[in-house]
Amino acid sequence: MNTLASLSGASSKRVLPGFGLSLGVTLLFVSLVLLLPLTSLVGQLSQLSPAEYWAIISAPRMVASYLVTLGGAAVASLINAAFGLLLAWVLVRYEFPGKRLLDALMDLPFALPTAVAGITLATLYSGEGWMGRLLAPLGIEVAYTWVGIALAMAFTSIPFVVRTVQPVLEDLPAEVDEAALALGASDTLAFRRVILPYLWPALVTGTGLAFVRSLGEFGAVIFIAGNMPYETEITSLMIFVKLQEYDYAGASAIASVVLATSLVLLLALNVWQGRFVRRLHGGNA
Amino acid sequence: MRRIGDRTGVRRTLIAVAVLLAALFLLLPLAAIFAQAFAEGVDTFAANLSDPDTLAAIRLTLFITVMTIPINLVFGVFLAWLVTRFDFPGRRLLQTLIDIPFAVSPVVAGLVYLLLYGRNGWIGGWLDAHDIQLMFAWPGILLVTLFVTCPFVARELIPLMQAQGAREEEAAVTLGASGWTIFRRVTLPNIRWALLYGVILTNARAVGEFGAVSVVSGAIRGETNTLPLHVELLYQDYNTVGAFTAASLLALIALLTLAAKAALEWRATRRERLS
Repeated sequence: MNTLASLSGASSKRVLPGFGLSLGVTLLFVSLVLLLPLTSLVGQLSQLSPAEYWAIISAPRMVASYLVTLGGAAVASLINAAFGLLLAWVLVRYEFPGKRLLDALMDLPFALPTAVAGITLATLYSGEGWMGRLLAPLGIEVAYTWVGIALAMAFTSIPFVVRTVQPVLEDLPAEVDEAALALGASDTLAFRRVILPYLWPALVTGTGLAFVRSLGEFGAVIFIAGNMPYETEITSLMIFVKLQEYDYAGASAIASVVLATSLVLLLALNVWQGRFVRRLHGGNA
Repeated sequence: MRRIGDRTGVRRTLIAVAVLLAALFLLLPLAAIFAQAFAEGVDTFAANLSDPDTLAAIRLTLFITVMTIPINLVFGVFLAWLVTRFDFPGRRLLQTLIDIPFAVSPVVAGLVYLLLYGRNGWIGGWLDAHDIQLMFAWPGILLVTLFVTCPFVARELIPLMQAQGAREEEAAVTLGASGWTIFRRVTLPNIRWALLYGVILTNARAVGEFGAVSVVSGAIRGETNTLPLHVELLYQDYNTVGAFTAASLLALIALLTLAAKAALEWRATRRERLS
């Protein structure tokens, strides 16, 4: 059976024309546009000794920027996990006027150029801005503090949570709700014990993607951040600072930290997702 | 049957909170862009818009976008055709590779191009000796824009073409159609809406890319300043109204993108209902 299937597969896979051409075009493009530039980073890094490399990436100003970036991204992702879950829930479960508009609005942060988001948030939350004026009497300062950084990160990454949770919630059959309620569970208990575990993989994935995006975000953050050394400098900005000093080796070292962090996180997210799905299907998937 | 969270009180509260937060968090910034752009009246808006440097930035951004879309369109179609119509070793690796631009911070993307093609770079040194300058000029901007936008078309096409399968194309082959005819008459009609959406996303990102472009552009006024970089420049010059005038153009493109997406989705659900 197996050989038969693979035989028919092997014969059908070359039935269609264009294998050589599409392979050629794709490999050429991937090599030139994606891989070749990335090798230049490796080349630049190889000129640094391990001690030099460590000195660059462990400098106090760098460590401060890691903390600001990680802290901002963590706060932004947690807010987005709650806010994104609420929005996905409302968009899937309820009918109300303006729902389609709200749904369309969810993609705004992806569609709006990050620099535009950056100057807009900075203006809104500065001392004279619409929001800034409201918050100042309460003693809340957003612009040029880490709160502003978290806010900008939350703005650019909210669609990740909404758009990851939404389709999974749509696929949840009504019988699940009905069974839970028929068995006498309260709404809160049923949500916590039935719906949330079902949404959990999507929610963690969406939040994880939002976190990775927040770590690398640049345009939206730098305008509202204030960019004070040791206090409100994000790691992406440090690459820029090094470049302005023509310190290409330093910029590459920092870039390698940023790149490695996001790749490791994405890989971990993939592995976790795979394991979760397997557990859900009793090891058969 | 009642579903979880269907009680009127719960429903109304959740909708109210969601709408209020979305208005505050998403709608208010959008309104602020246009309010700031027109803060000094329509005449100032028009004057800001016809400023030579702004016009030059618009022209450069249009040029880069017009160059980026066909290149990434062709690449995206070839890649989708390759990974959905053929089975070969390394197929999954290829699919992972093309997601790299989504995982890489835009500043890092700009940096790797600068390292390669900049004056001290591997290729840049050779280019410099031959008086070809890619960095701090439009070719560099085009290259990084290609990098950050290359997954969009393929990402839209691959799941669709996978779901549709190769039957129709295989039938066309047995009827003796040539490769180009199969693509034009069979594949293209099936994928045109996904293709269009991929192009819309590519367009939105190409127009608005900031981090990667700002590393390689050099931001020379009137020469290598794209529209997003021009927004930054004006903002840092304390010309807030001018900055938001340029920003409002970009916001308009974002709104058109959202409208196009909504229209395509509406079309898809209507077709689903009909069939």
